Amino acid sequence: MADYIVDATVDITDVVCPITFVKAKVALEELKIGAVLSIRLNDGEPVQNVPRGVKDEGHKVLRLIDNEDGTYNLIVRKENDE
Amino acid sequence: MTLTNEQMERYSRNIILREVGVKGQNKLLAGKVLIIGAGGLGAPIAMYLAAAGVGVIGVADADDVDLSNLQRQIIHATSDVGKEKVTSAKESVNNINPDVTVNAHRLFVSADNIMELISPYDFIIDGTDNFPAKFLINDACVIAKKPFSHAGIIRFTGQLMTYVPGEGPCYRCVFKEPPPKDAVPTCRQAGVIGATAGVIGSLQALEAVKFFIGKGDLLTGSLLTFDALSMSFRKIKLPKRENCAVCGESPTIKEPFDYEQPVCDSQTHIECYGNP
Repeated sequence: MADYIVDATVDITDVVCPITFVKAKVALEELKIGAVLSIRLNDGEPVQNVPRGVKDEGHKVLRLIDNEDGTYNLIVRKENDE
Repeated sequence: MTLTNEQMERYSRNIILREVGVKGQNKLLAGKVLIIGAGGLGAPIAMYLAAAGVGVIGVADADDVDLSNLQRQIIHATSDVGKEKVTSAKESVNNINPDVTVNAHRLFVSADNIMELISPYDFIIDGTDNFPAKFLINDACVIAKKPFSHAGIIRFTGQLMTYVPGEGPCYRCVFKEPPPKDAVPTCRQAGVIGATAGVIGSLQALEAVKFFIGKGDLLTGSLLTFDALSMSFRKIKLPKRENCAVCGESPTIKEPFDYEQPVCDSQTHIECYGNP
């Protein structure tokens, strides 16, 4: 059961590092503080690095959902406007 | 302003930085910078600012590219010899980044045209090679309340400082007047290593980037000096001068004026470090 409502989604499965993180960051910057973004990303490098990247920027990772098709949905709440 | 996928990729290394992000990149894209002098300093400044995505870059220079320029003015190539420097610079910048609008101002900057020239720009960069131009740029920027970056290079050394209205000293606070003619050797007599121009010009480009993104500390109230032979930097704190003729409490300089222009003057006050 989800304890959040997704406000926006972004798909970064079509790009590779570092554009994965850039695309996620661009999507986050367009949101208001407190809004929730669902990021669809590939297994491997993206799922290792993107969650850490958004945490380093001060945002809150709410959940990482395995879609069981080689992709994940990373649910992030925007915490700051920096 | 929404970034295109191509812009996201082009500026990814900027955007990844916490201090830049999409907001900072958009500030750069909206930025308007004027570079006076498309020479040793102006070359790296224009190229790095173009690469960073500064939206409008004005380049002012009256000269044509000369073979002896190519040792340090890396924005120009051998095939550009004889071409207007502003045209050659515009072509190089457009090749680096077509996002950038280049305004080519083929003119000799003087008291008659400087106020109009600087007016549309947010940040001015002094890449000139002579004292009269440096004082002219300072006075005009102080009067017009425009932030600017000063720099000078000679031999293996260079210096730079940044003026922001209301923050710290202007160039004239530090160096009241141009030195007497012939007191400082000309660039032709003294020589300079091209990479020194690259170091100092790159630092000026960094000041412009920091100004636009609004992060970090600018060289306001400090002069940074560089000596390539000893590979050392020195940051000298400098106070604002209350009785400065242009930015002081009762200024006597209320409009820009031209000092007599020597044929080929040196571009620094390096010899004046101890006696600003």
